[in-house]
Amino acid sequence: MARLSVSRLTKTFAGRAVLAGVDLDVAAGSLLAVLGASGSGKTTLLRIVCGFERADSGVVEIDGRAVAGRGFHAPPERRRVGYVAQEGSLFPHLTVAENVAFGLERRERRDRARIEGLLERVGLPAAYAGRGPHQLSGGEQQRVALARALAPSPQLVLLDEPFSALDAALRVETRQAVSDALAAAGATAVLVTHDQSEALAMGAEVAVLRNGFVAQIATPETLYRQPVDAALAQFVGEAVILPGIVEAGAVTCALGRLPLGRAVPDGSADVMLRPEQIRFVTISAAAAPCARIVGVTFYGHDASVRLALAGGAETILARVPGHRVAKAGDDVRLAVEGPVMAYPRASVSAAAARGATLSENPRSAEALGIEETLP
Amino acid sequence: MTLTADATGTIAAGAGLRAGRARPPAALVAAALAGVALVLLPILYTVAQAGAVGPGDAVALLFRPLVGALFVNTLTLVVATSAATAVIGVATAWAIERTDLPGRTIWSVLMAAPLAVPPFISSYAWVSISNGLQDFAGALLVVTFAYFPLVYLPVAAALRGLDPALEDTARALGQSPWGCFRRVVLPQLRPALYGGVLLVALDVSTEFGAFALLRFRTFTTELYAQYRIGLDGPETSLLALVIVALCMALLVAELRVRGRARYARVGAGSKRPAARVPLGAMRWPVLGLFATLVAATVGVPVGMVLYWLLHHAQAATSPVAPSLPALFDATLNSIVYGLAGAACALAIATPIAWLAVRYPGRWTALIERAAYLAQGAPGIVVALALIALAVQYVPPLYQSVPLLALAYAVLFLPLAIVGVRSALVQIPPRFEEVARSLGQSGAGVALRVVLPLAASGIGAGAAMVFIFVSTELTATLLLAPTGARTLATEVWANTSSLAFAAAAPFAAAILCLSFAFTWLFANRLGQADVSDRG
Repeated sequence: MARLSVSRLTKTFAGRAVLAGVDLDVAAGSLLAVLGASGSGKTTLLRIVCGFERADSGVVEIDGRAVAGRGFHAPPERRRVGYVAQEGSLFPHLTVAENVAFGLERRERRDRARIEGLLERVGLPAAYAGRGPHQLSGGEQQRVALARALAPSPQLVLLDEPFSALDAALRVETRQAVSDALAAAGATAVLVTHDQSEALAMGAEVAVLRNGFVAQIATPETLYRQPVDAALAQFVGEAVILPGIVEAGAVTCALGRLPLGRAVPDGSADVMLRPEQIRFVTISAAAAPCARIVGVTFYGHDASVRLALAGGAETILARVPGHRVAKAGDDVRLAVEGPVMAYPRASVSAAAARGATLSENPRSAEALGIEETLP
Repeated sequence: MTLTADATGTIAAGAGLRAGRARPPAALVAAALAGVALVLLPILYTVAQAGAVGPGDAVALLFRPLVGALFVNTLTLVVATSAATAVIGVATAWAIERTDLPGRTIWSVLMAAPLAVPPFISSYAWVSISNGLQDFAGALLVVTFAYFPLVYLPVAAALRGLDPALEDTARALGQSPWGCFRRVVLPQLRPALYGGVLLVALDVSTEFGAFALLRFRTFTTELYAQYRIGLDGPETSLLALVIVALCMALLVAELRVRGRARYARVGAGSKRPAARVPLGAMRWPVLGLFATLVAATVGVPVGMVLYWLLHHAQAATSPVAPSLPALFDATLNSIVYGLAGAACALAIATPIAWLAVRYPGRWTALIERAAYLAQGAPGIVVALALIALAVQYVPPLYQSVPLLALAYAVLFLPLAIVGVRSALVQIPPRFEEVARSLGQSGAGVALRVVLPLAASGIGAGAAMVFIFVSTELTATLLLAPTGARTLATEVWANTSSLAFAAAAPFAAAILCLSFAFTWLFANRLGQADVSDRG
């Protein structure tokens, strides 16, 4: 298995920069999830690494060998890159076994044991070998597609939103099977997705692609707890954003004086914390801020509670365990667990000026028909 | 980041095939261009020949009473047939798709069936009933009955695709059923109707066999007559130019209407079936009309062929018993030529369709369009041009099977292109990408993925070409090797000498061959991808 390294990759479609200088590094044997909204360029990135698309500039290296860049372009069949498409794309005229064997050398294709081993690795019984693709469920098709991609022992496996066509229950199960199979094969893999929870659950690292740049690349935990800006925080999960003032290594806001997860200079800032960091406290501590419950959405295992802070018209979101839900109209006292993030106001406006906001620009993405609508 | 120069070199050197959709391989472009050049050759030659005539001579030759008479003949027939097929086509389509007519499924198959009867076979049937059915009236009758399915099929398909909610809305706004049809349904049918009528006009303009047997003079029969008496001067080239110009105009109009029809259908279509108009007391008269139509279009040709098969001894003019060896010979020739024509058409069509499907763009669309133009040349013009070219430049090709196959390919190329194209369109490019990522080269992808998936579609296209070629008359008559007879030329020769009974076995063989393929036409033409017979 090999290391993948992408540097300063650019690609322009119809005058619009889809990739504006992307840098990525995936360690051998690890899985990188590339997370992005539609139109963020994630599919284009993957297609360039596969070799289906040519980059305008930049270099793609697999195992230290450049496969694209500096005026040349290795065709896909010479890159030894496994590819799992969104819909599986199993060849409809071939059986499961023939699909899996497709990329093998002619004499290896008859090796039944090897094919059954591959099927087993993705969690399918050997009896499936003789079936046609139309006899499989969506999740099974994706597993076969992965077995097919793994069969020629590729240097790298690329997965293009492989679970988006599956329904929720099947998705979790297939995700686990794919994760296990990739880990068992020790494969270096890149998974492209627009689903935050999928990226966080599957990636050893997650890269968030935004307007053609990598906004942040980090472990799932770091990405979730310490996103680089408020917009990214809201993209990666639910976030509570409040105005505050940083002073001497802590920030003061409507929820009190809170410790910082990452040091920032003193001054006014946006405070970001996750809704599940907010706790209802029963002991009436004088210092604890007061809030009134405006609405409750009950999910079973937990619940979202909308709170109006005392003296404020705006509401914030808290996420509490399902067994500790209060009623709308109740007054509660709040506490915050763990450190929070603060983003100095000046840097936020600078980021906005660079155009690096997460708010999508659906007009241009749709009008240009780029990214997901690529044929 | 490290970049090892020699590793880079080895991968780059092996990069024979380049990915990316923008640039098609040069070999593919060359093959497509060569194919287009080949099929456009007859038209270009005809135009060049006519262009060699001085302007003064050209005017004198064009404004002759003969040309005027031919022009009036062709044009009045085209207009009358267009009107007649439009009325019959729309009326039958509406009755089948929008009323409670009993037996609609059977009627819809029977409405497509006349396409399986070559017009010169219906001509033979009608002429053998009565000599009175000749000239304009006979020609109008024969071609209307032969070609109305070209209007019926696209109009019926369009009716099926219409959103019934629009008709409901019109009724709710106070329109009567007739007002609703006139103001809401008919306008939406227009692209399909115009496309169908233009195809009818094109086919009538290029028809030869039916008119020759009915002794109705058009440009095509006149060209044949001039060829028979050895005339090959500027007057012939100008006649050919006039008919080619007429056909090109019709073809360009048809292509434009078809382009628009495709847009009109996008977004339409609804799962809910339309409410059917009850015919009530009109049911029996309407059924009677349908029965009459089927009797005239399918019943007469089949019935007359059967009659002459069974009553060959009573034939006044030609009491000839059918000869089995001759029938076997002719059938074998028809099949061999059909296979040769289909193979040649596929060989030319495949690069063109591949280019159009996988590398869509302005240039590839232009190449595909140019290939479609070839069908605008009447069979007689194509045959005459190929004869002249062969005699001048490659005499051994004259009256050889390869040249005949090329003529067939020119005439029926659009059928092959449509077949290959629709087969390729259904294969997502993603399959090819997956195969490439699994280490297959371009040729490997074509062999292991594309060909197996496209085989049935390509086969259907080839079968269409085969059936049209094996019943083709005009080009076969002029280009077949000396002494080689096919089913079509046997029918032609015997009917021309009024030996109706002698023609019957060959006509019967043609009908059997054709009807066996009728389902194919019905399936393909229902998608409005209609084409003509030369």
